[in-house]
Amino acid sequence: MRILGLSAYYHDSAAALVVDGRPFAAAQEERFTRVKHDAVFPANAVRYCLAEAKATLSELDAVVFYEKPFLKFERLLETYLSVAPAGFRQFLTAMPLWLREKLFQKRLLSDELKAIDAGFDPARLHFCEHHLSHAASAFYPSPFERALVLTLDGVGEWPTTSVALGNGAALDIVKELHFPHSLGLLYSAFTHYAGFKVNSGEYKLMGLAPYGAPRFAQTILDRLVDLKEDGSFRLDQTYFDYMGGLTMINPRFEALFGEPARSAESPLRPFHMDIAASIQAVTEEIVLRMTRALSIETGERNLCLAGGVALNCVANGKILRDGRFKNLWVQPAAGDAGGALGAALATHHLQFGGARETPKTLDAMSGAYLGPAYGQSDTEARLTAAGAVFETLEEEELLARTVAALGEGQAIGWFQGRMEFGPRSLGNRSILGDPRSPVMQRTLNLRVKYRESFRPFAPAVLAEDVSSWFEHEGPSPYMLFVADVVEARRHAMTPEEQGLFGIDKLNVVRSDIPAVTHVDYSARLQTVHAETNPRFHGLLRAFKAATGCSVLINTSFNVRGEPIVCTPEDAFRCFMGSDIEMLIVGDCLLRKELQNPGLMHDYKSSFELD
Amino acid sequence: MSFLSELGEFMLARKKYWLMPIVLMMALLGGLLVLTKGSAIAPFVYTLF
Repeated sequence: MRILGLSAYYHDSAAALVVDGRPFAAAQEERFTRVKHDAVFPANAVRYCLAEAKATLSELDAVVFYEKPFLKFERLLETYLSVAPAGFRQFLTAMPLWLREKLFQKRLLSDELKAIDAGFDPARLHFCEHHLSHAASAFYPSPFERALVLTLDGVGEWPTTSVALGNGAALDIVKELHFPHSLGLLYSAFTHYAGFKVNSGEYKLMGLAPYGAPRFAQTILDRLVDLKEDGSFRLDQTYFDYMGGLTMINPRFEALFGEPARSAESPLRPFHMDIAASIQAVTEEIVLRMTRALSIETGERNLCLAGGVALNCVANGKILRDGRFKNLWVQPAAGDAGGALGAALATHHLQFGGARETPKTLDAMSGAYLGPAYGQSDTEARLTAAGAVFETLEEEELLARTVAALGEGQAIGWFQGRMEFGPRSLGNRSILGDPRSPVMQRTLNLRVKYRESFRPFAPAVLAEDVSSWFEHEGPSPYMLFVADVVEARRHAMTPEEQGLFGIDKLNVVRSDIPAVTHVDYSARLQTVHAETNPRFHGLLRAFKAATGCSVLINTSFNVRGEPIVCTPEDAFRCFMGSDIEMLIVGDCLLRKELQNPGLMHDYKSSFELD
Repeated sequence: MSFLSELGEFMLARKKYWLMPIVLMMALLGGLLVLTKGSAIAPFVYTLF
């Protein structure tokens, strides 16, 4: 049975193909259109999924959209009525969109699908609720026979948080929190307040948190959030504007913290770091109260997470170390893109009664390597057409040359195999660096990625060596858990260094691997497994053999505001427009100094800042 | 037409009959609203609509 899942029209459009209940192919539309968080109908991603399966749309058993438009419309109308006349401006903005297009999403989707395959039968188009899509994406690919499933995000139709129980092929939502009481929207409100873009800057806020002190956490809990013992909560809407207005927060919110919202790209001050630390602490408190109460209530030992809030890897690490659940699995595409995959999985198991075989390996996500790949001859043809100068090497030589360049402090573009599904680069579309270098964090941030200097980098570590570098045991293949660098690898800071504040602290060499050690000694881990990514695993082994260090910096292959590269041509363009010094695409090795200088270009201004 | 019957079924299933007059009013005003410019993609605050 082959089912195609779709997410579109809000943000992060994607398509995912499920074959006999297993994720087969999946990609976000932004990777093809080169527009970050692109929300258009994912025609390119659909075509890719079909090509991967060598199928046409009309041969599929079903196509499923990841949410139900009528339910969303109901929520909008009821919300506008409840705040009327205050919500008139948002009403006037939203309703034309709905009356012209969104309310007729079935027809809109049918037309788009028919444009891909005129023989597509609209009767095969189904709709799955937003949080059920998330829950399905978290449970079905997980390695658990039964589990508690917690989904947390901004909002879908009505639910903002849902709790489900998964058992075999069954998945039942047992309780929900509804709009406007949303942890995702609360975090987004603070993202906006700290001057970052809502729906893309949440990571930055999380990365900023360790620089500050959570001195506003109690204020948030006292004034904004009515938090109950079981983690359920209500938000005091007199501080927010998102129900009827056009922004997240109102002047009362700003008055509460004593400063106006920071404007984008203006300097970050200790105040903003404290705000970030405070909302992060409150988020962790809410999530931990929920998971603790749910573990007592259900007695389940396995927990699955999805929804945008599940990308908060700091909170995930806290849940893991809290020990209430023996095992924790987080869907790597936890945001709305993953909803496409979940919608297809839910339809397979719940609507068509497909049996579920619990994965015997890490999980059923194949390392999240579900996107397009390019064969060696195709890669060479594409690079040649792009004007690249390259040499083709055997694997051993390729790894040796890469390791040597890494040791010299070079930034390496690393492009291999199938593209990752989800927001993280996991070693197939990555920029790599030596984490032992004390200058690498600044260099990569400012010269290669053109992004803010405070942002930390993530380590990729050999799965078998993870405990000798980080206070973590077990797999973390998707960079969704944060763990501290082990004591033995930390460097004691002098009293002078300890006195440094905020971003100045970043330049202190705090461990053997300073480039991936955050100011609080934490790191966002990726364990690399031979069974899901043998070549990247081989590179790490070669790096360890040469240096004794089984860790590399792994950051996404893009510059600020750019979607992660998809094709060899994208990789070459990014290479020529940034300070990446060496590029590996499949078996091809490209050195910057050998390239045609005429192909170098100003790249960073090509993308809108995120 | 299938849209109208689906919308009717939806309100029946959700027991939200009181939405019907609002929807009818909006259908009448729709002509005006539809003429204004916009796109299906949410323009600003998160994914509220």
